[in-house]
Amino acid sequence: MTARPPLAMLAELTHRCPLSCPYCSNPLDLLRKEAELSTGDWADAFRQAADLGVLHVHLSGGEPASRRDLEELVVAARQAGLYTNLITSGIGLTERRLKALDEAGLDHVQLSLQGTDAAMADRIGGYRGGFERKMQVAEWIGATGFPLTLNAVVHRQNLHQLPEALDMAVRIGARRIEVAIVQFHGWAMRNRAALMPTRAQAEEAKRIVEEARKRLLGTLVIDFVPADYHEEYPKSCMGGWGSTGLNIAPDGTVLPCHAAQTIPHLSFDTVHDRPLREIWYDSAAFNAYRGDDWMPELCRTCDRKHIDHGGCRCQALALAGDAGATDPVCAKSPLHAGLRAKAEAFAAGPDDNLTYRTLPPA
Amino acid sequence: MSITPASVPVLPRGVRLHHDRVRDTWVLLAPERAIRLDPVGHAVLAEIDGTRSFATIVATLAGKYDAPPERIAEDSRGLLTGLLNRRMLELTE
Ligand code: SF4
Ligand code: SF4
Repeated sequence: MTARPPLAMLAELTHRCPLSCPYCSNPLDLLRKEAELSTGDWADAFRQAADLGVLHVHLSGGEPASRRDLEELVVAARQAGLYTNLITSGIGLTERRLKALDEAGLDHVQLSLQGTDAAMADRIGGYRGGFERKMQVAEWIGATGFPLTLNAVVHRQNLHQLPEALDMAVRIGARRIEVAIVQFHGWAMRNRAALMPTRAQAEEAKRIVEEARKRLLGTLVIDFVPADYHEEYPKSCMGGWGSTGLNIAPDGTVLPCHAAQTIPHLSFDTVHDRPLREIWYDSAAFNAYRGDDWMPELCRTCDRKHIDHGGCRCQALALAGDAGATDPVCAKSPLHAGLRAKAEAFAAGPDDNLTYRTLPPA
Repeated sequence: MSITPASVPVLPRGVRLHHDRVRDTWVLLAPERAIRLDPVGHAVLAEIDGTRSFATIVATLAGKYDAPPERIAEDSRGLLTGLLNRRMLELTE
């Protein structure tokens, strides 16, 4: 199986973040500042990524603005020839830093939204004053002229705010909004009972998005990630393992997706160990779930295998205990009925027991 | 919004043409999107400079490639309308 070159790279510059969202996709073992790659290491990784065929780099975290060298990193990524997207909560950005990022050549900003009012957003983000600050930053982003995408993470507790989030995106001049119903990995796994949407909410969200897409054609582009525990077919995770994108963790570990380290039998190289090209094409971890040789019979003989690639490997591990199993979200999986029942049970859980993300004790 | 002969198309900030040296092709880069361009698509987008009208662009391409203007207008209108709907193109008039 010969892989094609990757198109996108997620650069998790840091795990540090002023917020502590209970669905953060960072791993439970958050890395500290001391473990982070240097400016030079990142610059080298950007050059290697561009040589490999990567077109977009997503500068993410944690909160990328927690890195004091963010502006330098943008310059390095642009010099490498990459399209640079900053994925931020806005906290830590000032008017002056946004100007510096503009001069550095940043192409686009993606601002996360925890809720459409301070009461919701600050509770979910676990950071008082965060919402007000974010709205201020959104204004500065607009004034600087950056194209903007809002990234609304929605779940049982804030799904009723979806129409308002769409209005807000139009009002503040965003060109795109990503509406992502929480995916259950990382910290979100600890919060399934607090965040799982009801089936009715999941359906309603789809209807709202469909209606808004028609109404706002040419005004707002809407990308949507449905609530996959309530779906019939799994999502095409990462467009297929090791097929279109890669992630680099703050310490330089190169991963096929942000949750890949939960799969215990795989070991991952860092940018210090081997060239990125070798990791992409030759490493055992990146080849583990490419193509369809690894698939269970159920998927290998299924006509949807090129559409969803058997679903998410990390979810298969978490829910079926085997990263090589059919994603239990799939209606054909023997575990599907059980998962559906679990989803219903979680959806009836209490709202008030959020586990916020925190650093492990030192 | 629809494209008329007087419309002046412009690639908004955050959308740019890029030569993909690894795949040896032109692409249009935008937030979360990379659209691979065939030679015709690239020829059309390369004419967009934010000052010339759609009619001028069509006439230029018709001259350059010795092709009937109606066909060029039809092909480019399809491409540009798709980009407009995806917020990857703007019209200044
Ligand atoms: S999900 Fe929340 S806590 Fe995690 S990096 Fe983003 S803003 Fe920070
Ligand atoms: S059986 Fe496998 S390939 Fe077929 S739809 Fe389900 S997960 Fe996808």
